Amino acid sequence: MGNVFVLAEHRQGALRDITLEMLALAPGLAKDFGGEVEVLLLGSGVDALAEKLSGYGVKVLVVDDPLLADYNSDKYQKVLSALIDQRKPSLVMVGHTAQGVDMAPALAVEKDLPFVADVIDLKLEEGVLKATRQLYSGKVNATIAFKPADTYLVTVREAAFEAPDPSAAGSIEKIDSPLKEDLDYRKFVEYIEAEVGDVDITQSEVLVAIGRGLREDKNLPIIEELANTIKADLCGSRAAVDAGWLPHDRQVGTSGKSVKPKLYIALGISGAFQHVAGIKGAKTVVAVNKDPEAPIFAHADYAIVDDLLKIVPKLTEKLKELKG
Amino acid sequence: MKTFVCIKYVPDTSEAEVKVNPDGTSVDSSRFSFDINDADNYAVEESVLIKEAHGGSVTIVSIGPKESEVMIRMALAKGADNAVRVEDSRIAAYDPLMVARTLAGVIKGQEFDLVLTGCMASDDGQMATGVALAELLGVSHAAMVKKLEILDGKVKAHRELEGGLMEVVELSLPAVITIQTGINEPRYAPIRGIREAQKKELKVVNLDDLGIAADQVDVSASKIVLEKLYIPEVVSKAEIIEGEPDEKAEKLASILVKGGLV
Repeated sequence: MGNVFVLAEHRQGALRDITLEMLALAPGLAKDFGGEVEVLLLGSGVDALAEKLSGYGVKVLVVDDPLLADYNSDKYQKVLSALIDQRKPSLVMVGHTAQGVDMAPALAVEKDLPFVADVIDLKLEEGVLKATRQLYSGKVNATIAFKPADTYLVTVREAAFEAPDPSAAGSIEKIDSPLKEDLDYRKFVEYIEAEVGDVDITQSEVLVAIGRGLREDKNLPIIEELANTIKADLCGSRAAVDAGWLPHDRQVGTSGKSVKPKLYIALGISGAFQHVAGIKGAKTVVAVNKDPEAPIFAHADYAIVDDLLKIVPKLTEKLKELKG
Repeated sequence: MKTFVCIKYVPDTSEAEVKVNPDGTSVDSSRFSFDINDADNYAVEESVLIKEAHGGSVTIVSIGPKESEVMIRMALAKGADNAVRVEDSRIAAYDPLMVARTLAGVIKGQEFDLVLTGCMASDDGQMATGVALAELLGVSHAAMVKKLEILDGKVKAHRELEGGLMEVVELSLPAVITIQTGINEPRYAPIRGIREAQKKELKVVNLDDLGIAADQVDVSASKIVLEKLYIPEVVSKAEIIEGEPDEKAEKLASILVKGGLV
């Protein structure tokens, strides 16, 4: 009792950032619960990852099993379920990632755990665990209290916490795999890498990005003219790609690319966290959005509250004039 | 293929200011327009595509108010066959596990091959209901699916991971699939479909009709308490460029050029 489980996330041999980000939050909570942090590492041949994780001053519980060679939510759920029964942690932390969201809600149902998804903060206040999460794409925050239970479950938002630096040496404990056989109802087939397009936006110096605020594709030419004027590449939010305005390899954000241009001009992009996570490397961010409450403005260096269609043509004209 | 599609009626807050009601636990939605949740719209389209290619039927399930019937009729107009709307103020709608339990109560006991739903609701964004529903129904699942191939007794689901990587998994049926936006191109409802939709069955039920005890899905059953909602303080370091639209554009152009940014 009292321990905090952190589920390590890794893929294709590399740890995912979320794992270390959760380690920013876990030690304080473990202390409040009167226990310690235990990082669960599930996989096959993961000694190197275990070694790396133990360098953060935590205990790493390793379940090394050929059945866990490829990620499978249902197998992860079975292992976590068994470990929760055996070790009775007070809190289980899982990344709010493509892996985590595919597993955690089912685990919550199976084990009847109080569960909050996508938390951006988590505190124990006078014995009550309280989570902060966002609604309406970050326009509203919610405080959610967990009713008292032996074990709580959360998924933690990516990039909401800064990964700590490696600290003291921790320890590694190998655990027998609770998996007995392969699953017949869900099988991993393969990974398919993202298509490579004509332009690699991760290398672009200047990016003009569009979002839902473009409204329709007939407005694309004014954007293209701006981009041509300042030798920028075009990219956009998920909404712009879903609408067919841009090919998939131009999508910026968690499910697209992370970019690091000198200048990022966000036009009609609201700034959902999934998008903003992809522009952390941008040096200067300009945002144009007609909604003054748009979360993108919290990440901008220059802000214009207006309809992009009213701003962009004049901006292009003036840039042409100034650049001669 | 017998498919259920779970859809949600959500406010469009993309360009609107959101205000919290004095009760502190709800938002003032009186000025918002409501429509089908974006990802659910893709789920409806996927179900109709599957029906067109493989036959079968599509049943729409939604928990929501009377006004949401416009949305449900639109899904029927696109090709769904019938619908169930659950309306019951006792459901703890802030808790996706309670929502999933209610949806399971609608679907359980009926024959189905697939349950489709959007991978995320645009209002509360928990990404939890579909996966929880799969566990409650005791069937396999895959979340954030951007390509779905129907095979014999199985499906191949392409899950969208970070960075555009796809994880392909094979699931036995029945299964719950949560659909990611961009999986298809949602159609507009044809005029004839809109007319026909008026005649299709839209059953309205409450918890009692479903045989769900209220204390299984209400605030007493939920293991979490929505304590308060508040507008987060936006800490912006941005220089706000003011003026008429043309002035703002010109000022920005000067800043970019003088700053050596372009």
